[in-house]
Amino acid sequence: MSTLRAGWIITQRELAHWARQPWGPVFNLLFSIMLLLVFGFLFGGAIIVPGGGDYLDFLLPGMLALSMMFGVEGTALKMAGDARKGITDRFRSMPMGSASVALGRVGADMANSAVELLVLILGGLLIGWRITGDPGSAALAVVLLLLLRLAMLWIGIFLGLSFPGEGATAAVQVLVWPIGFLSTAIVSSETMPDWLGAIAAWNPLSATATATRQLFGNPTGVTEGVLADWAVWLAIGWPVLLIAVFVPLSARAYRNLSR
Amino acid sequence: MLIAEGLRKRYGDVDALDDFELNVPAGEIHGLLGPNGAGKTTAVRAMATLVRVDAGRILINGFDVHREARSVRRQIGLVGQQAAVDEILSGRQNLVMFGRLYGLAKSAAATRAAELLETFELTEAADRTVSGYSGGMRRRLDIAAALILTPAVLFLDEPTTGLDPRARNEVWATVRQAAAGGTTVLLTTQYLDEADQLAAQISVMDHGRVIASGTPSELKRQIGRDRVTVTVDPASADALARRLPPVTRDGGTLTFEAGVSEVVRTLDDLEITADDLVLRRPTLDEVFLTLTAKETVR
Repeated sequence: MSTLRAGWIITQRELAHWARQPWGPVFNLLFSIMLLLVFGFLFGGAIIVPGGGDYLDFLLPGMLALSMMFGVEGTALKMAGDARKGITDRFRSMPMGSASVALGRVGADMANSAVELLVLILGGLLIGWRITGDPGSAALAVVLLLLLRLAMLWIGIFLGLSFPGEGATAAVQVLVWPIGFLSTAIVSSETMPDWLGAIAAWNPLSATATATRQLFGNPTGVTEGVLADWAVWLAIGWPVLLIAVFVPLSARAYRNLSR
Repeated sequence: MLIAEGLRKRYGDVDALDDFELNVPAGEIHGLLGPNGAGKTTAVRAMATLVRVDAGRILINGFDVHREARSVRRQIGLVGQQAAVDEILSGRQNLVMFGRLYGLAKSAAATRAAELLETFELTEAADRTVSGYSGGMRRRLDIAAALILTPAVLFLDEPTTGLDPRARNEVWATVRQAAAGGTTVLLTTQYLDEADQLAAQISVMDHGRVIASGTPSELKRQIGRDRVTVTVDPASADALARRLPPVTRDGGTLTFEAGVSEVVRTLDDLEITADDLVLRRPTLDEVFLTLTAKETVR
């Protein structure tokens, strides 16, 4: 059994889950849409975008990046659940490559996120978000969002394998909020106190949010600094760096299961 | 065939396995018995390629578990402490998925799934989601998943813990079925009657090593002889007691430390009719408690 084929079979398991229990992914989507509506319409009127521009146009790419980041939760949750229920051990006792389990997770979660992204983009367009960038740039923006998701996926695999307890999963679910909000996803870092703004600007999520704003042709909310000048490169560099760190860490965590 | 030699595994300052040795010939149901924390699960996980031991060697059908893990995995089926099946999928979907992961083509996996569902009486529930299954049904599905390739060795780690008596019987029948197909079975359990019911050979384990082994009756014999209690009318009791001295006597009720045949022969000779005759063998519980108590004193 090749590693890739086994990975694909494990991915199909997730697709079968959708068919059996469509409410899980649908509920996730509704949650993202709710966040979008809350910030877009409830808080949006009170938020000013530095450098000008409509808040909804500013918000939408940020929400897309945020939802990619929140994906870390689902990945960690599912990895940890399989470990707790003994399903990971069953996979490990079977004749297939050791990367199959992780690859199956990658396939499933990327498919999940691609659908989520599509629905959020269509939903955004429906409530008045405008893409003014050229199609090539817009496509690159989508690729950058998925690249961020891939990085979050490997972090989630590492966390789920290393800390399978339910408490650890709950911790991940809580921690994504401050990390998600301490970025330029929802508000510009230029409206924050200087020190906080500096931290937010270095958040990998900010790089992807700002880069996709530039590529979609939306207001970025950043008028100067490294983020304004290098957003696209940062949005490539950060996820690549995270992947380079967390793939070997995940491999080690998987090997450590046999300790 | 399963051979474990000199296995050692240390967690912190606890020796989970301390010179663990085991030899199970092909086709046998072998019971690994021990109290909680004796190292049963570590032993099974080591033999099933899931845990790397610090020292020692494990061979399954001639393949080394450490160096030839991939080949070993083609020869084994593992049933862990929890039923490791996907709860959202149906029973059939589970078996097809695991079958494909074992390398079967889609159609072959479907055929094999149907066979196993039939064998384990899950056909009716085959297309329902596993979350609606009873504990016993889940366990049966779990065992079926481990039997997809008809493994040479099937590991069962406390397969009936938490099951009601009926489900337990179902699982026992399943294990016997697997063994009848030629599979070697290694079963860990804390329940002595389970080992007694299923296993041809038993190894009693404590503190990471095997402290006694043999057939259930051999183990029982180590502890004491059978006891037979008969109730006869008080008038005959004296005559009986003179011929065969009882260990205890309460009126017409006498208990002998002797075989049933010996007691029955004596009754016949004296032409006494017993109102009641009860054979009590030392239970495996007594064997187990005696053995593990010794071990603790040591």
